[in-house]
Amino acid sequence: MHQDTSVKLPGGNLRRNRRRWLIDSACLAAAGLIGLSRKSQASSGKIRVGMTPAFLHDQHSLLGEWRDFMAASLQRPVEFVQRDSYRETMDLLRLEKLEFAWICDYPYLHLKKEVRLLAVPLYQGQPLYRSYLIVRKDNAQVKSMTDLAGSVFAYADPYSNTGYLAPRYEIRQIGRDPGSFFRKTFFTWSHRKVVEAVASGLARGGAVDSYIWDTLAHVEPALTERTRIVSRSPEYGFPPFVSHHSVSAADFQLMQQHLLGMAKTDAGRRLLEHLHLDGFTTGSPALYEGVAKMMRAFGEA
Amino acid sequence: MRWLFNLSFRHKIPLWTSFLISFSIFIVGAALMTRAYEDMKSAVVISADNLGHTLANTVAPTLLHDDVWRAFEIVRSPLRAEIAKTPVQVDAVVVLTREHKVFVSSDPDALPMLSEATALGPDWERLGEYLRAPAGIKWPLVLEPAGSSYLYVALPITDKDAQLGHLVLRYAKSVFHPWFIDTLWQGLALGLLVLAVLIPINWYWGGRMAKPLVDLAQRMGMMMEKPPEPLPPDLYPYHDELGQLFQAYDRMVLALRDKAALENEMVKSERLAAIGQLTAGIAHEINNPLAGLITVVDTLKLRRDLDPRVLRNLELIDRGLMQIRDTVAALLVQTKVQARPLNPHDLEDIRTLIQPQVGKRRIRLDWSATMPAELPAPASLVRQILINLLLNAVQAAAEDGHVSLWLGRREDVESCLTIIVRNDGELLGDEQLSHLFEPFTSTRAGGHGLGLWVTYQIVTQLEGRIAARNIDGEVEFVVNLPLGDSPCSTASP
Repeated sequence: MHQDTSVKLPGGNLRRNRRRWLIDSACLAAAGLIGLSRKSQASSGKIRVGMTPAFLHDQHSLLGEWRDFMAASLQRPVEFVQRDSYRETMDLLRLEKLEFAWICDYPYLHLKKEVRLLAVPLYQGQPLYRSYLIVRKDNAQVKSMTDLAGSVFAYADPYSNTGYLAPRYEIRQIGRDPGSFFRKTFFTWSHRKVVEAVASGLARGGAVDSYIWDTLAHVEPALTERTRIVSRSPEYGFPPFVSHHSVSAADFQLMQQHLLGMAKTDAGRRLLEHLHLDGFTTGSPALYEGVAKMMRAFGEA
Repeated sequence: MRWLFNLSFRHKIPLWTSFLISFSIFIVGAALMTRAYEDMKSAVVISADNLGHTLANTVAPTLLHDDVWRAFEIVRSPLRAEIAKTPVQVDAVVVLTREHKVFVSSDPDALPMLSEATALGPDWERLGEYLRAPAGIKWPLVLEPAGSSYLYVALPITDKDAQLGHLVLRYAKSVFHPWFIDTLWQGLALGLLVLAVLIPINWYWGGRMAKPLVDLAQRMGMMMEKPPEPLPPDLYPYHDELGQLFQAYDRMVLALRDKAALENEMVKSERLAAIGQLTAGIAHEINNPLAGLITVVDTLKLRRDLDPRVLRNLELIDRGLMQIRDTVAALLVQTKVQARPLNPHDLEDIRTLIQPQVGKRRIRLDWSATMPAELPAPASLVRQILINLLLNAVQAAAEDGHVSLWLGRREDVESCLTIIVRNDGELLGDEQLSHLFEPFTSTRAGGHGLGLWVTYQIVTQLEGRIAARNIDGEVEFVVNLPLGDSPCSTASP
């Protein structure tokens, strides 16, 4: 947890970010004297965006480009905060150490009281995605989830919809207990690593985000070629961008407009192309009814 | 096998030394190879120990938290498919739980998680036996099961004092082998190179060493058939035991030659002495009746009433008897005459006497006579010897040939007068040489064969020596006559 915990000490913050000080020196000099509330700092200062395994968050150069693009567009310093598990990003949101985050739909529903839906990416023209059940390419016997009973299974993240909730729900649907259906399960903390676990033979089956599998099939076809999709789940709302309730309306608007307008600029389109997205839509909480239903089935909501 | 020991030294020495060189190189090579293999194995174990400790420490928390994926990432980290295979490259990493089940392995296909370690094959059964009885185990445990193509190195995974399981590193010996074979080939190539250098040197040296021995053996083998030849002096110019052996051999050869020459000489002298006695006896027996016959014929010739025909016959008989007397006189060499000593005028006389013959045959005559005013040698006999030898030489020399005389006292035999006569005529054969001084053995047409006989008789009676030989393409006669009482020791020049 090396994340900045000294936000209440503007002097320390000054030292930590000379660049921001240079950009907005006069304003900050005054603010430094009188002290700043977190909210006012967020509205005028750095914007922190949490990035999660909801997409291929380990493409560092792409992230760098995106951050620069966002900072230029918002005319504010932007920091992308990467965490390998949803849980950590969720904690950072709760602790108000992030203003915005791109999280999975399942954590979104968990954090519903603390966050607002900011924008939903459009994937193949729709704000929807699925869960793929995958096995190794050479495994021809497995035709459905039922055939994987008693085997080793790889989940992505306990707060992932497509990588945990959806396959468990499916097991429940066939009348089995997800807790004992598999001989052994483990988390890889990333959708990409689920594909790796299945491809290497560590796990016999795995559940993976359709958006990530499809993107990987473009970016790293050698990996996805070693796996086979056994079944596709129904569609769920795409992992959304959310903002913490504490974010000012102005910042919310600013960020939302930025995301919605990405598809309208060349640079934005190029970034979206790299992200294998078509753009953003405002979306609505109703999109996530399917996830909520599954959560209710597990007594979580 | 016996034929091997019967081989000539020429082959045996190089063969044996070659065999010893090859054998030594093989033994040293084998020792180095064994050492290289052990070193490689210990390098593998050291590397495995380091890697194992690092992995065991890193993987411990994942065992505690049942974080299979992190553990998988950790055990897979030392395995990289793209790097070149080296003996220290680990083949598989396995984390076993306390219950000896696979928690995670770098090769999930062959070593799937949750499987019982003992179910993975005989190697793992052996390994399990060791791991189940940890008392007294020295970590890291190195196991090289017989007949297995793998080497295993195992370490415990601990957190504080608690043992969480075991980490097993597997190394493929198939990776050692090409590396080891490489080393082996390098060693072999080096060995062959050394052999390629040493063997020719050894053959040369062995041959050089054996050649004198082989020569010696050949010469000694032929000793019974003909007099042995001395060894060439440069054959083995050293003074070790072999050199001493050759020197002894040379001394023996010289002694044998002297002995043979002496025996030869003795046989010749005895034969000549016998012939001399015989001829003297016959001559005396002839001389007595001959003297009577000559007197009778002389008396008869004095008579005046003889028929002219009878007179002619008497004269015929007389001439015949005279010829007999001359011949017998020649056979009976008489040396017991009082004689004056030899002086240089005698030599001048002889030169003058033979000059007509020399001139007739256009012979080139080298005359080298050094003597004082007088020498205590009987002048008439020496004159006869010189005339005989010189005339013989002139007759024997080729047309327009060459004859030489050397007369004087030689430094090594001061008490002797030495006469050496040479001619460039036809060389003497062995048969001729052995019968040269016998009477009636003329070597040319027209000679009665008594010249050398007479010469020999004179020299012998003067207690001197005469010898003939072929030298430098010429025929040489050497006479040594004693001056005074001490005898001349040798007939050879």
